[in-house]
Amino acid sequence: MRNEIVIKTQNLSKHFGSFAAVDQISFEVYKGEIFGFLGANGAGKTTAMRMLCGLSLPTSGQASIAGFDIYRQTESIKKHIGYMSQKFSLYEDLTVIENIRFFGGIYGLAPEVIKSKTESLVERLGMSQVKMQLVKSLPLGWKQKLAFSVAILHQPQIVFLDEPTGGVDPITRRQFWDLIYQAADEGITVFVTTHYMDEAEYCHRVSMMVDGQIKALDTPAQLKKIYNEDSMDEVFYRLARGAKRQAD
Amino acid sequence: MDIILQNICKTYTKSGVEALKDISFEVPKGELFGLIGPDGAGKTSIFRILTTLLYPNSGKATVLGLDTQTHFKTIREKIGYMPGRFSLYQDLTVEENLNFFARLFNTTIAQNYELIKDIYIQIEPFKNRPAGKLSGGMKQKLALSCALIHRPEILFLDEPTTGVDAVSRKEFWHMLKRLKNEGITIMVSTPYMDEATLCERIALIQNGQILSIDSPEGIQRQYPFRLFAVKSSNMSGLLRFLRALKTVQSVFSFGEYHHVTFLNANASVVDELKIDIKRAGFDQFEIKETTPGIEDCFIQLMPS
Repeated sequence: MRNEIVIKTQNLSKHFGSFAAVDQISFEVYKGEIFGFLGANGAGKTTAMRMLCGLSLPTSGQASIAGFDIYRQTESIKKHIGYMSQKFSLYEDLTVIENIRFFGGIYGLAPEVIKSKTESLVERLGMSQVKMQLVKSLPLGWKQKLAFSVAILHQPQIVFLDEPTGGVDPITRRQFWDLIYQAADEGITVFVTTHYMDEAEYCHRVSMMVDGQIKALDTPAQLKKIYNEDSMDEVFYRLARGAKRQAD
Repeated sequence: MDIILQNICKTYTKSGVEALKDISFEVPKGELFGLIGPDGAGKTSIFRILTTLLYPNSGKATVLGLDTQTHFKTIREKIGYMPGRFSLYQDLTVEENLNFFARLFNTTIAQNYELIKDIYIQIEPFKNRPAGKLSGGMKQKLALSCALIHRPEILFLDEPTTGVDAVSRKEFWHMLKRLKNEGITIMVSTPYMDEATLCERIALIQNGQILSIDSPEGIQRQYPFRLFAVKSSNMSGLLRFLRALKTVQSVFSFGEYHHVTFLNANASVVDELKIDIKRAGFDQFEIKETTPGIEDCFIQLMPS
């Protein structure tokens, strides 16, 4: 896992006027890694993620995502990543199958590939009975599983998950993490934000953003050791408590 | 009793969703009561019925001894409600919003300033900013100030901490404790199970039904199995391995450990597991008995 770097940033910054939303962050993420991107509201996570996804240009610094340059190759970046958030994932007024087809098309998959992927995906998710139903009629947990599967339909190198498990019941939340592990085992890098601190423990490595900077980055076990705390919740609290910015 | 629900049922006719199925419980005066459950459990429907914004199909609800269907006007004067979705006027400033709600309830900011001071003081520097331009944390504080400005007897808070980071969540619960000490009855909902222990009593709710209702300690005490926490250097492999074992009843990830229950948790079961684990070649294996948290209880109570 340590061999291949899929995300590399060097002094990456984004300023809005005189405000440094993201302030010189440097880190690397490896192939197949589950990387937890934590921070308080307003710490700069969303701004950083938008840059990494090729949706917003940095003010300064360097970064390459899946081997593509963050300034010049944003369109290539978009093709080689997947994205899912609690807020945006699927089209509620399309059926399960239509959503899969739609996103397959967006990601430029060939029609016959889409067809075979649709069948295997519906089968694997146990959604054969509901495949012709509108997504809005599905339970939240199913939607999230489908959304994640759709986000990695084109086998991207990296999938970005922005608070993917908000509001779901505890069993569904864990089933969702099973999917994350599977994807990582298949070599997909998972870049995930969450407010559930137990989920920080499921990540291979975790970074903590405070006031636009990365204040800590290590394995959960190592972070707990460094800060001499029993849980990631306490590590988070200790680091984020020192923030000067108002939460957003 | 400040709040009483008796056999409340609610079905939304358009979608056919049975949101509440025969819900009954009571909340005494001055209690900090939590509704704990995932999205779609029915939490918001309960809030909307108690705040007189929604009629149940059947059953009866009283708030401060008043029937929610016949005495809605009086109830509305005596309660404060902070809905899950930000519902203040985005184009009014912070101060204008607060003034608006004060006048709506025939009072002034000055009259009840003491009650909201600790909260409002944090957003006062931005009092001329439109509410729509506030950060999430500040919106939350303004909404709470507006819900409190008429010194309500009961405060209804629907998912005030959803999407809020761990530090701000702790601060928010701190504020609630202070309001409780002022004698205000508080009903609060949350999808974060770790917040359950901050309430005096909680209802675990899912699919329109109450799974259990008690103090957090009471619910934890009722957990019927011996619970073990296990870990090794390969956690996902360990999870798969444990799931396949015949002696294992349930296994779920809980942070750095997996929580395991056994079909028959007799004295030898741990020793046998250790042997199995060793044979399977897991490194740095650790097992210890642990006390169940609210999330363990919720999972155990969920109908399979």
